Order: sequence, then C-alpha cells, then structure tokens
Amino acid sequence: MPGGVLVFAEQRGGVLKRSSLEALSEGRRTADRLGRLLVALIAGDGIGRLADQAVAFGPDRLLLIDSPLLAAYSTEGYAAALGQAITHASAEIVLLACTAMGRDLAPRVAARFGAGLATDCVALMTEGGVFRARRPVYSGKAYATVEFSGSLAMATLRPNVFPAQERPPAACEIVRLELELPESAIRARVVRTELAEKKEIDVADASIIVSGGRGLKDPANFSLIRELAEALGGAVGASRAVVDAGWIEHAHQVGQTGKVVAPALYIACGISGAIQHLAGMSTSKVIVAINKDPDAPIFKAATYGIVGDLFAVIPKMIEEIRRLKAE
Amino acid sequence: MNIVVCVKQVPDTETRIRFGPDGRWIDESGVTFVVSPYDEFAVEEGIRIREARGGEVTVVGAGPERVGQALRTCLAMGVDRAIHIKDDAIERADSLTIARALATAIKAIPFDLILMGKYGVGTDNGQVGPMLALLLDIPQVCAVAKIEIGERVVTAHREIEGAIEIVEAPLPALLTAEKGLNEPRYPSLKGIMAAKKKPIDVRDLSFLGISLPAPGSQPIRWQKLEAPPGRGEGKIFRGDPGESAREVVRLLREEAKVI
Ligand SMILES: Cc1cc2nc3c(=O)[nH]c(=O)nc-3n(C[C@H](O)[C@H](O)[C@H](O)COP(=O)(O)OP(=O)(O)OC[C@H]3O[C@@H](n4cnc5c(N)ncnc54)[C@H](O)[C@@H]3O)c2cc1C
Ligand SMILES: Nc1ncnc2c1ncn2[C@@H]1O[C@H](COP(=O)(O)O)[C@@H](O)[C@H]1O
Repeated sequence: MPGGVLVFAEQRGGVLKRSSLEALSEGRRTADRLGRLLVALIAGDGIGRLADQAVAFGPDRLLLIDSPLLAAYSTEGYAAALGQAITHASAEIVLLACTAMGRDLAPRVAARFGAGLATDCVALMTEGGVFRARRPVYSGKAYATVEFSGSLAMATLRPNVFPAQERPPAACEIVRLELELPESAIRARVVRTELAEKKEIDVADASIIVSGGRGLKDPANFSLIRELAEALGGAVGASRAVVDAGWIEHAHQVGQTGKVVAPALYIACGISGAIQHLAGMSTSKVIVAINKDPDAPIFKAATYGIVGDLFAVIPKMIEEIRRLKAE
Repeated sequence: MNIVVCVKQVPDTETRIRFGPDGRWIDESGVTFVVSPYDEFAVEEGIRIREARGGEVTVVGAGPERVGQALRTCLAMGVDRAIHIKDDAIERADSLTIARALATAIKAIPFDLILMGKYGVGTDNGQVGPMLALLLDIPQVCAVAKIEIGERVVTAHREIEGAIEIVEAPLPALLTAEKGLNEPRYPSLKGIMAAKKKPIDVRDLSFLGISLPAPGSQPIRWQKLEAPPGRGEGKIFRGDPGESAREVVRLLREEAKVI
C-alpha cells in the first residue's frame, strides 16, 4: 500500500490556523500529483468541532487526537500525536505550516523518524516521482532546491505563499485515535501564556503589513504607521533599527533576526531595504516602498515605489483608502 | 551548572553569494565567516549563567578548519573550553547527521543545559536544536527571549503568534535562542589574550565513531542553488506626494487587487 500525504492541521485555542489550511490545500495538490491519499491530523483538547472546517479542504481521511493532555501546546505531547498519525497514515510526506509550532515540532519528529526535513518552503515539486522543495536561503540572495530520499519526507510551508483552496464536498473518513502517552512524558510544559497587550494582528498571521523604519524620525510617529495599517486592516511591522532603538517591541520586527513574512501586501515606510530586512519580506506578493531617497535599495524590491517624504505621502494614502472603503 | 553551547560558523550576512562549480553549494572563496548571530546570543547567555551560578561553558562547533576561528571568538568572549568536530564535508550534510555528530561529542561531557541558536543564519534551517534534543532525550524550548534558572528547572519565554508562552522544563534541557535574549559582548583584548591559552579539543569523525552518509543516501540534500526569481521592474513615482499616493492606492486596488 503506498503511503499517504499527511498534513498537520494546527489549531491554537480551538481555532485552525489559516496557514494550516494552506498546507492542507498544498497537501491535496501534492497527493493528487502523486496519486496518494491525503490524511489530515487535528490534535488538541475538544477539537472535534473543527472537523468540518478541515474536511472542506479535501482530505480523504481526517485523524482526530483529542486529549486533555493536548490542551496546551507541548513539544512532547504534540510530537507523540504527530508520530502516531505518521504511523497510522503510513505517511511518505508530512507537511506543516512554518509557524512557531511547526518550527518547534517538525525537527523533533523528523529526528525520531530519520526523515529529511525542509523548513520554510515556498514551493513543492514532484518531477518524475521525485519529491522536491524550494526554499530561500542566504537572506533571499539565493533559492535552494532540495531533494528527498528515504521513506519519509517532511516540509514546513511559509505562510501566505500557498493558496488555500476549498474543495467541493467529498467523502472523508474520520478516525479518532487515543493519544498513547503517559502524562509524565511531557516534561517541558507551558505554565502561562501572555497575550500581546492590544488585540493586534501579529505580522506572522497578517495578509497586509505596514512597516516603519528609522525614516519615521521619532517613536511617536509610529501612530502614522498604525493608522495606515488600521485603514487597511493590516498588521504593524518594523525594521530592526527601530526595534533596537526601543520604539516598538521585537514581536513586530521583520527580517533575518525578526519574522519572515510573505503577505499579499507589504508597505515599507522609511525603511532603507538592508539585505537583512529584505530577507524577511522579499517573498511578499506586492511590495510598496515609500522613501525619500531614490537610491534606497528597497526600491529594487518594490512593485510600486513612491520617492517622497513619508509624512506627506502616508496621510494622503490613508485619506484615499478611507474614501475608497466608504464608497 | 555545566553548559554546552553549539555554534555554527556562517557567511556574514553582508557577503556576496556566488554559486560553487557544482551548482549545489556556495563558492566559499572570499566569503567572510562569522559565528551565526543567534549562536552569539546563546554563547552570551551561557557565559552570564556561569557568571551567576558557577560551572563551565563548553562550545561545540562542527565544520572544517576555519571553524576553529569561530570557536576562538567564543573563547575570547569568556567561554571555558571548546570542542571542534573537524570535518570538511559535515556542514553540507543533512541536519540530522550534524545533530548526531554533536550528540556523540556532547554525551562524553557532563551537561545541565544546552544552548543553541534558533537557526543558523544563511541556510536558515532551524533543525539541529530540536533534533539534538530528541537524540539526547531531553526536553526543548525553541526561540526563547528570556531564561530563568531555578533548582533543576529552567523557565523560558518564547514568542509565538500574538502571545508569549512561558515554558518550564526540568534540567537537563535544550533551549534555542531568539533575538532579544541579551546583547552579546565583544571579546575584550584581555579575553582575546586569554583565549590563546584555552583548550580546543579537535575531534574527527572517526574518533567519534561516526561517518557521514554518502550524498545519495542523505534523507535530504541540496540539489541546486539558483538566483532568486526576479521581481520585474517596479513602477516608481517621483512626482507630487498626494498624486503618487492616490495613484498607488488605485493600482493596489485595480491592478494588484490586494486592497
Ligand atoms: C546580523 C544582522 C541581522 C539583522 N537583522 C535585521 C532584521 O531582522 N530586520 C531588519 O530590518 N534589519 C536587520 N538588520 C539591520 C539592517 O542591516 C539595517 O540596519 C536596518 O534594517 C535599517 O533599518 P531602517 O531601514 O529602518 O533604517 P535606515 O537604514 O537608517 O533607513 C532609514 C530610511 O528612511 C528613509 N527616510 C528618512 N526620512 C524619511 C522621510 N521623511 N520620508 C521617507 N523616507 C525617509 C531614508 O532615506 C532611509 O532609506 C540586521 C543586521 C545584522 C548585521
Ligand atoms: N555545524 C554545526 N556545529 C555546531 N552547531 C551547529 C552546527 N549546525 C547547527 N548548529 C546549531 O544548531 C542551531 C540551528 O542550526 P540549523 O538547524 O542549521 O539552522 C545553530 O544555531 C547552532 O546552535
């Protein structure tokens, strides 16, 4: 029996991650190309009601591992659940979203199974039955194509890159598995979770990001960035220069030592476009750069660029966006 | 407290990347190599914990001859000793093979805490830490920005989407460092002088009793490196700020269809 394509459908707080639905959709495409079954796994506590939402993305089989031991994320608890699913599905390929959870979980599970793992992939390919993945390396200065051999290949997928695609209703077998793990096997435990102060959208989840850099001159001027982000329903990002200066918390930093993001729209305001910043955002679909220096490197990455003073440009953009939204 | 820090030597992020003759790896000639920035956080944290609680900090690096310089830098920062797993090909091996080599070397020394980087900058894999934790059968906490050591227990803060998780783990444990953990010190002149007298144990793979898998039997390997896809020419507006703003908003809606 050929093995399946298994997708770990991540949920936190009873909500399926959008990036996992993207992974499920890519899993469907991969399974179709290879003529394999697509199996999805949801693990957590009281997650049965998420089944319908996952089924809409076309798995042939959905595994549910529902246990109070999985109420909070733990590496060891979730690694055990994913391990059980890999065995149950005779998985040949395992996909996860490249999120905080996916980054933590995938390598530990890959080591247990001796699997090859490619992280933060932007494309999956199958050529002549060989499974390959493509991922940006060296701050986006190059793309590496990796190929797998052996019986299990694992990949984490960069959020916002792969399209999520619902499928027409089709048969899906739902299988419940018991978590086979003694409580004592979970050694690292979450003792507390502190939510970000305001209910802000995290840059890692956002499909629109407005980022500010040193061109803002003063931390108080971040209000302009927040206002533009709010008008667009987006998240607030930042360059390292302003994070290091203490103008905004590290959670907002985009780049090599911040978050790697690929939103549908990234607006860089008063950011020069250093290679380490580009590393974090150059796979965004549309990039807008606002900078008063026509030679700023950010313009090389821009889909649309405005050479000008951000203090003159941004208020006009906000005005125009609000006008359009009101129409 | 005995602390082990694993450090990877990587091309400086400013380095121009050229592809090597086989098209699978970079051409290393002319490349400046540095300690991977996240590993610097790990080294700094290791030294700070030792300063507060006593014990020893050992750095371990796997790679060719040049990795010796990275280890010297760590010794100059204040690390006590270093182990160099010296092999010309190991950096090109898969992450699990690297983790196995590190595990073999680390098993031979006492440790309470292992510190690593969140990922090795450049190849950005972010794999060796959790893989090593599994091989040593110890708990892991990834991408931590704050560490508190208690009695045989460590508490670490890790940033997740929209929240911070505070995770507690019994020692021995493995943690990977996120930016924000600390501000790494620069080696002082005194440190640099002192580093010259500190030991670097050089181990080759046969000494460790391991061998690299043949390239064809690695579970994963780089098949090809290529230039990133071009983004095409952007549309750049240099005129009146108000008009440029309106035009770009219109294009975002009508041409790019993203708002
Ligand atoms: C190991 C390492 C890791 C790093 N990681 C990151 C990372 O993760 N993320 C990151 O961002 N950086 C990172 N950096 C830092 C990076 O090299 C740059 O220093 C940083 O991105 C610069 O931030 P900036 O663009 O805000 O500031 P600057 O480079 O100072 O640019 C400010 C820009 O604002 C423009 N400007 C000024 N006034 C106005 C105005 N009124 N209107 C319009 N434009 C104006 C200027 O023309 C200029 O282009 C890293 C560096 C290193 C060495
Ligand atoms: N060759 C190596 N020698 C020592 N430590 C390494 C090596 N490769 C990776 N590491 C460690 O593992 C972390 C993650 O690396 P990576 O999985 O390659 O992104 C690094 O930050 C280092 O702490």
